[in-house]
Amino acid sequence: MSLQGQQSIGTKTPLIPIRKVLPWLIACGFLLLLPQVFPSGAGLTIMNQMAITIVFALAYNMLLGQAGMLSFGHAVYMGLGGFFCMHLLNQVEYNQLYLPLPLLPLFGGLFGLIFAFLIGSFSTRRAGTVFAMISLGVGELIAACSIIIVVFFGGEEGVSGDRTMGPQVFGFDFASQLEVYYLTAIWLVLAALGMYLFSRTPMGRIANAVRDNEERAEFLGYSQRNVRWISFCASGFFCGIAGALFAINFEILTEENLNLATSGSILLITFLGGVGFFVGPVIGAVVFTLLQTVLSLYTEIWQLYLGILFVLTVMFFPSGLTGLIAMHFRPWNLSKVGLLIRPYAKIAGPALVLLFSAIAIMEILFHARHSSIGSEEMNLFGMTINSHSPVPLIIAVGLLLISFFVVRKLAPGLLDAWQDANHQERET
Amino acid sequence: MSLFIVNILDGLVTGLLLFMLCSGLTLIFSMMGVLNFAHASFYMLGAYFGYQISTYVGFWPGLILAPIIVGVIGAAIERYGLRRVHQYGHVPELIFTFGLALLIEEVVQFFWGKSQMAFEAPAALKFAAFSIAGNAFPAYKVFMIFIAIGVFLVLLYILTKTRIGMIIQAALSYPETVQNLGHNVPLIFMGVFGVGTAMAAIAGVIAGPVLGTFPGMAVLLGSIVFVTIVIGGLGSLWGALLASLLIGWLQTFAAAYNLRMADLLTAIGLTEPADLAQSLLSDLWTLTLPQVGPILPYLLMIIVLALRPQGLFGKRET
Amino acid sequence: MENNQPTPAIELRNLHKSFGLAQIIQGVDLAIHKQERHAIIGPNGAGKSTLFNLITGKYVPTAGGVFLHGENVSGMKPYQINRMGLSRSFQITNIFAKMTVFENIRCGLLWSMGYKYSFWHLVNRQRNVTDRAEEILQQINLLERRDELAGVLTYAEQRALEIGIAIAGGADIVMLDEPTAGMSASETSYMVDLIRKVTEDKTLIIVEHDMGVVFDLADRISVLVYGEIIATDEPQNVRESAAVQEAYLGTAVEEAG
Repeated sequence: MSLQGQQSIGTKTPLIPIRKVLPWLIACGFLLLLPQVFPSGAGLTIMNQMAITIVFALAYNMLLGQAGMLSFGHAVYMGLGGFFCMHLLNQVEYNQLYLPLPLLPLFGGLFGLIFAFLIGSFSTRRAGTVFAMISLGVGELIAACSIIIVVFFGGEEGVSGDRTMGPQVFGFDFASQLEVYYLTAIWLVLAALGMYLFSRTPMGRIANAVRDNEERAEFLGYSQRNVRWISFCASGFFCGIAGALFAINFEILTEENLNLATSGSILLITFLGGVGFFVGPVIGAVVFTLLQTVLSLYTEIWQLYLGILFVLTVMFFPSGLTGLIAMHFRPWNLSKVGLLIRPYAKIAGPALVLLFSAIAIMEILFHARHSSIGSEEMNLFGMTINSHSPVPLIIAVGLLLISFFVVRKLAPGLLDAWQDANHQERET
Repeated sequence: MSLFIVNILDGLVTGLLLFMLCSGLTLIFSMMGVLNFAHASFYMLGAYFGYQISTYVGFWPGLILAPIIVGVIGAAIERYGLRRVHQYGHVPELIFTFGLALLIEEVVQFFWGKSQMAFEAPAALKFAAFSIAGNAFPAYKVFMIFIAIGVFLVLLYILTKTRIGMIIQAALSYPETVQNLGHNVPLIFMGVFGVGTAMAAIAGVIAGPVLGTFPGMAVLLGSIVFVTIVIGGLGSLWGALLASLLIGWLQTFAAAYNLRMADLLTAIGLTEPADLAQSLLSDLWTLTLPQVGPILPYLLMIIVLALRPQGLFGKRET
Repeated sequence: MENNQPTPAIELRNLHKSFGLAQIIQGVDLAIHKQERHAIIGPNGAGKSTLFNLITGKYVPTAGGVFLHGENVSGMKPYQINRMGLSRSFQITNIFAKMTVFENIRCGLLWSMGYKYSFWHLVNRQRNVTDRAEEILQQINLLERRDELAGVLTYAEQRALEIGIAIAGGADIVMLDEPTAGMSASETSYMVDLIRKVTEDKTLIIVEHDMGVVFDLADRISVLVYGEIIATDEPQNVRESAAVQEAYLGTAVEEAG
């Protein structure tokens, strides 16, 4: 399976190829309409959160997907950008600094860029594992500093401010969620477009080349270290923008914005979405935010499910969710998707039973171990069952085993159909 | 002076504990080229299994059984997980072990919950081995030192004196050649991974009663372990030993001596600002050594990398 | 402009390289003229690849120096040496497997066409780059496969692409490391024609095992044995030299036999 999504290009293009502009126009229209569909405060908050995560994940993928650099401490650049912006907002409030709020992300980006430049000066000397370990160490260092340097990081309470104190822009003071949503959406589009275009520049292409074969790139006149450093700075810039958007939305930054958990989750989001595709992180961020919001309402062990999903993705679908979708482009182009419908439909039922019986087993076990004494009843898929009696567990295990064997029996058929659907008959 | 000796011994305990993790990690790294991000998670599993077994049959069987169980789990993960991901390259391997670390933490919370376990040192070792000018040194820490040194000596013996050790050493440098000589390299990899994780588990069992057995213990030690092997030089066993001891002492001494930045600044002739709470430099003035203790290993890493990018004992990049 | 004694394109002066105790290159002196096609031959383990890696900057010499157009480049990084007009191919196919054939060539072009680390140009808009890349694809007969992933090409095609990347930057010195290794007879003769075509007016240094290729292509041949050059001469003289027969061709015959 190849990761050709972001590389395929055509050369003889008109000045503004409609095929390439259309997805962006649709995305903009979509962003404009969303608040009409979800006008509630909670809805807007989730969408803002999503937009910020998308910018952060796209910036992270400039490293991971495009330059092949795995960072375990990337929250630092978003966090530092955010902290600086928070201080700028406070300057606006208390020292009459003239700074219209819509320009704040630009400054966040600059701060992210400056820190990426400084830290990148020694962390990008090596690629691969060494880079990953240094990024981890630097991330931990700055997260630990946030407790010590109270003046800047505000200690455990963090730094907070008020976004509405700046000069009004076209009569908006950004007190309402909706105004903030549109501001965030505009910056989302700008940042995403910027990152997309970056990947289409000589620098972006050479980053791909260094990712694939750093030695060869050196023999083409490029210093692999400089290529990594520039990629790192660019990523830091866009992370800083995400940090500024975070500051605007939540009006508070804490140690949590810098720590390993945040750095880890952006890796998870990006990888789940698919690192080999420009839209991968976007899909990852949307799905993750939804999972986080929805799953956490229903189950206490949603992070366990997420962990399992992540490990399975790394093992079986290293090109992520987007890769899973992109796999179907070839059968689609060959007009053979039809061949897949029947085997998919056949395996869907047993696979769902497998999934839900596995969930049932985990939920029952978890409830049995951790519920308060005397509470033996639990709600599972709308049924009320007794987690301490063996019957539900036995039923769940039985269903799991049966569905597992049915899926295994059906799998070869699906594989054959898949091969058929991808096979191109030779033209005569 | 006596406090100094106690700190030396305490630092030695921390350092050797670190080294038990670092040595396994280094062995796995130099052999398979994969840095096992989940290594500290196996240490945590060791502590939890040790605790669970100790509730049934006591501490000592746990010290033997827990590492064996963890080693088998580790070998299985190598066989069915890592080997599969290996084909995609080193970065996906690292991401896989990172995912594994997340997953193990969740699994531990799934079974044991979020709170700390009441894992205690065996009663037989609950006495003061000796005391230096009124500072009692617990027998359990002496026991930890001996276990760590013992594990290291066994490892050294296996690596340098046995046939399998020779093959492992050869496979470190020339995996293809060793494969061509008819040795089952994948099996060796699986074994090394299993032994490496089992060593982490031994560290977990003996550290669990002292440092606490809770779901955050892996993350807490994990990043220090990685920093240590970067300082020592990725893939160097002696570098790992030196760096482990260095960091063990650094942290112990930083925690023990309450040096205040204010004293230092006054000593070089600066005066403390009167309105300290308002001053931008207030953090600088109120800083104490125990406060910066936790970040010293990271600072050390940056300094070492700035001077020697390959780490203390690392091989130069060609 | 030209002196009576033109500076050689590449000059090696008393070049040494050892790894630990093993002395691989033990004092090599060699001058390669501009626009010369020079072949380096020698038995396995003679140090040919090491010599290659010393010249291209992958290794740093233990002693002695490498001079490119009269300038000492020992200790420089590969990318610095490349920017001075020297490019190379690799013994083991070393292409960007996950990028298209066209993009492989384009990566070879970008630095030399002045785009460097630019992030203010869009690559697809740079007509001159696209045209030049397609010209090169035409030369190496891969134009029809321009949008395929390089990783799916046949072995011979990948070798041609390898050479295409090496010449793309317009370097005036091209070093090819066993360009015909593992090829069939017809592929080899195709490759020789290709090499001759694309390195016209350039200095060519080639390491090769296939004697047919060497005698066909080279103006001069150097014979490297145990890290020392025992002869540098025209193909005819090398073929007839007793020392070479004994030291190299003799062993080759034994190897074959």
